[in-house]
Amino acid sequence: MKQIVILGGGTAGTMVANRLVKFLPSDQWRITVVDQNNEHLYQPGLLLLPFGKYKPKDLMRERRDFLPKQVELILSNVLAVEPALNRVQLSGHEPVAYDYLIIATGTSPRPDQTPGMDDPSIWRNSVFDFYTLDGATALRDRLATWSGGRLVVHVTEMPIKCPVAPLEFAFLADAFLEERGLRDQVSITYVTPLEGAFTKPVASKQLGSMLEERSIALEPDFVIERVDPETKTLISMDEREVPFDLLVTVPLNMGADFLAGSGLEDELNYVKVDKGTMQSRSFDNVFALGDASDIPASKAGSVAHFSAEIFTENFVDLVQGKPMPRAFDGHANCFIESGKGKGLLIDFNYETEPLTGKFPWAGIGPLSLLKETRANHLGKLAFRWIYWHLLLRGRPIPIPALMSMSGKNPTTTN
Amino acid sequence: MPVIEIAGKQVHVNEEGFLTEYDEWSEDIAKVLAQQIDVDLTDEHWKVINFLRDDYKTEGESATTRRVQTVGGIPVKQQFVLFPKKPAKKMAYIAGLPKPKGCV
Ligand SMILES: Cc1cc2nc3c(=O)[nH]c(=O)nc-3n(C[C@H](O)[C@H](O)[C@H](O)COP(=O)(O)OP(=O)(O)OC[C@H]3O[C@@H](n4cnc5c(N)ncnc54)[C@H](O)[C@@H]3O)c2cc1C
Repeated sequence: MKQIVILGGGTAGTMVANRLVKFLPSDQWRITVVDQNNEHLYQPGLLLLPFGKYKPKDLMRERRDFLPKQVELILSNVLAVEPALNRVQLSGHEPVAYDYLIIATGTSPRPDQTPGMDDPSIWRNSVFDFYTLDGATALRDRLATWSGGRLVVHVTEMPIKCPVAPLEFAFLADAFLEERGLRDQVSITYVTPLEGAFTKPVASKQLGSMLEERSIALEPDFVIERVDPETKTLISMDEREVPFDLLVTVPLNMGADFLAGSGLEDELNYVKVDKGTMQSRSFDNVFALGDASDIPASKAGSVAHFSAEIFTENFVDLVQGKPMPRAFDGHANCFIESGKGKGLLIDFNYETEPLTGKFPWAGIGPLSLLKETRANHLGKLAFRWIYWHLLLRGRPIPIPALMSMSGKNPTTTN
Repeated sequence: MPVIEIAGKQVHVNEEGFLTEYDEWSEDIAKVLAQQIDVDLTDEHWKVINFLRDDYKTEGESATTRRVQTVGGIPVKQQFVLFPKKPAKKMAYIAGLPKPKGCV
């Protein structure tokens, strides 16, 4: 019997467990998933929860129900990985040895890493994050009674998971406040360490003009040094100041603490991997999937899905002693909510930035790339169903793992 | 990729003027690139640039400001003093390396 251990039973861990059981005979392979709890959270729903669109229970399912029966689930906190010993240390459980290890413990917001941010006098009172269920729920309650002032939407440092989520939050806040007749009493500022609204030129321009249309001020190149809890001000490394009454921040995102010192990780506890195969750069029998890896792609459910597909096919070759022939291209496919029942869609990879055009079929769509449409908004809402029923269960979705240029309008720069 | 002449040498650059070939860089080229973006190179600047060059050789990618702080030992705050406003981009530019990732 060979043993595969998957750390993390979130989006990536669940998908890869479901895919692996299809390819590997159960009399030769034992698959174990370890997660700290049994609640699987649909994270994309955290964006809409603060605006009263979902209730917490709409976003929670039991992890166990999404894993195949023959897969063992250990509910325990991972304390350490010892790659030289092929073993992981768990809390309240004996150590587990593996032949192959898949790290899928994701990334999480760390407000404690920015001085002043989680100061008890302001945290969850005038400073909120929406990347956790507690944070999104507290923010919902605050927004319900907020009477206006300076709203600042802030990104601490890249990379963050779902890099479009804070922009979407700003768009949705604008629409929400307008609906409540409060928009005149509110100024909205979007503060980012990036040079513009988003990372790549074409999307940055489009999303930047959407900020302008909504009278949302942009404060780019802002690398935060600290939050001053007394004056409620963000202070940058080059001493710029942005005052707020209500701060919605995406704190520094970091990989799991147990990776620190494992010899597998970078400065933010992401596992260093080959960006085509997701294989650790230091240990051949260790892989990282989803947000936990350092691949230069968006940290998104779609990326986890596409890369898990490539990984599984490669893995079947690898265990037969063959080389891994397929290389992941960084394909990401993300809906962007823009408020008032509309949305955008972006589809891109390591080499190709998000472009305009039609998706998935050239000329037909039905979805439009980098353009606000009602169809894209409906796509985003449908994504919740697709997530629980197709993505997690490793069933096929009608989008290929590798990106296609079909339907995209190339830029004319060379 | 365009080829341009810097400090009497032909070098390959991308649309934004970043050198694309690691080995085409030299200290003389760095001085010209620094001048172009109004940076006066001091010993402290060279410490950062040399760290970036060495780190790229082993890592295959440009160090982020965080990495220059934790591995290179130069605080982010100081990087902002040395390379005002856009340290990550300016350091990589002068060191003849690609723009650092993290921007996806
Ligand atoms: C607000 C928001 C909106 C988003 N919107 C979208 C979207 O529209 N589209 C999209 O594609 N993606 C979206 N994402 C991103 C998407 O949710 C993530 O990229 C995806 O969930 C990553 O999957 P993962 O398996 O890598 O990590 P996760 O799903 O986060 O799973 C990690 C698992 O590891 C477990 N774990 C961590 N540490 C330990 C430990 N020490 N011991 C035991 N277990 C541990 C956790 O409990 C968790 O179950 C959004 C994210 C957020 C926060």
